[in-house]
Amino acid sequence: MKGIFIAIFFILMFYTKSVGEVSYLADVGVYVSADSIPQIFNFEQIKPYFSTTSDSVFIVNFWATWCAPCVAELPYFERLNTDLQGKKAKIVLISLDFKSQIDSKLIPFLQKNILKSEVLVLSEKNPNAWIPQINEEWSGTIPATLIFNKNKRQFYEQNFEKYEDLKRITANFID
Amino acid sequence: MKKLLNLSLLVILATTFSFTVPSTGGYQIGDKAEDFSLKNTDGKMVSLKNYSQAKGYIVVFTCNSCPYAQAYEQRIIELHKKLEPQGYPIVAINPNDPAIASADSYDKMQERAKNQNYPFAYLMDEKQEVFPKFGATRTPHVFVLDKDLIVKYIGGIDDNPDDSQGVTINYVENAIESIKAGKSPDPSLTKAIGCSIKKKKK
Repeated sequence: MKGIFIAIFFILMFYTKSVGEVSYLADVGVYVSADSIPQIFNFEQIKPYFSTTSDSVFIVNFWATWCAPCVAELPYFERLNTDLQGKKAKIVLISLDFKSQIDSKLIPFLQKNILKSEVLVLSEKNPNAWIPQINEEWSGTIPATLIFNKNKRQFYEQNFEKYEDLKRITANFID
Repeated sequence: MKKLLNLSLLVILATTFSFTVPSTGGYQIGDKAEDFSLKNTDGKMVSLKNYSQAKGYIVVFTCNSCPYAQAYEQRIIELHKKLEPQGYPIVAINPNDPAIASADSYDKMQERAKNQNYPFAYLMDEKQEVFPKFGATRTPHVFVLDKDLIVKYIGGIDDNPDDSQGVTINYVENAIESIKAGKSPDPSLTKAIGCSIKKKKK
C-alpha cells in the first residue's frame, strides 16, 4: 500500500515537472527533454533560442565544464531561476563542451549537479560562422551571457562577480 | 568662475569619454604593434626585434591551463615547425595571472615547454601589460604581424577546435600565404571560442 502511494507521488511529481517544462518551452518552439542528458543541437537548430516575439525575457548563458569562471557563476543562474519563479522568464545554459567530452565530462557533471535551468549543447564545427550571429562584438571568450526580450537585447562577454550584478541586469528586462 | 566652469566641463567631458572607450580596445587590423620584452622559459628576455630573420610573426596568447589552448597545442607546434623555416615564427605568450590560475605559473610554463618540446618561445606577460595592448581576450588568441609589425590578422587558428583532422580552413596559414603574396588576409578577423584571460585582481 505504501509503495503505491510512493509511486503515485513520483508520477505526480514527474507529471508536474514535464507540464512545467513544456509550457515555458512553448515560447521557443523546440522540445527539449527534462532529464539530465542534454540534447545536442547545431546552430541552425538552436537559433530559435536567440529571438522571441513573446512577452518573456530570456537569459542565455554560454558555458562549458572546462571553463572555471563559467562553473563558478552557474549557481547565480540557478538562484536567478528560483528568484524568477512565476515571472515570464527563461534561463538557458548552452554548453560548449568538446563533442568528445559530452559523455565523459558534461553528463557526469549534470548528474552530479542537478541544474534547474535548461541545459543544451551547441555542437557546431566552425565557431567563426556562428559566434557573430549571437553578437558581432563577441570575440568568443566564455562565459558570455545574452539577455533579451522582444524589444531589446544585451550581450555580456564577462563573468558575473556577484549574484546581485546578474539580478540587477535581468531586472531591467522585466517590467 | 568661468575658469571653474570650463574645468568642470572638461571633467565631465573626460568622464564621458572614458566611459565610451570600449574596454577590450587593443590593436585593429592595420595598426602597428609595439615591440615588447618578456621572459622566456629559458630565463632570457625576448623581443620581436631579436628575430633578425623574421618576415613576420605569429603571436599566440596561450597558456597551460585552458583546455582550448591544450586542444591547439600540438597544432601550434606543427605550425611553428612548418612556418618558422619560412620566416614566420610562433611567439607564444601566457597572459594569465598565476595567482588565479596556478597551472599558469612560470615554473609550470617551464615544465610544459620542456615536456612538450616547445620549439618556440613561450613568454610570460608577468605585468599583464602586453595582452591589453594587443586587445587579447582569450587563450588561444592569435595576432599575425608582418615584418614591420603591422597587424594583418586577428582571431582563431583554424575552423575546427574539436578535431584537427576535420579542419577545412587554416586561418593562420592562409594569412601567412596572403602576406607572402603581398595581399591582405581574407578573412582578416575571425571569432573563436576560448578561455577568458585571468586578470590580476585589483
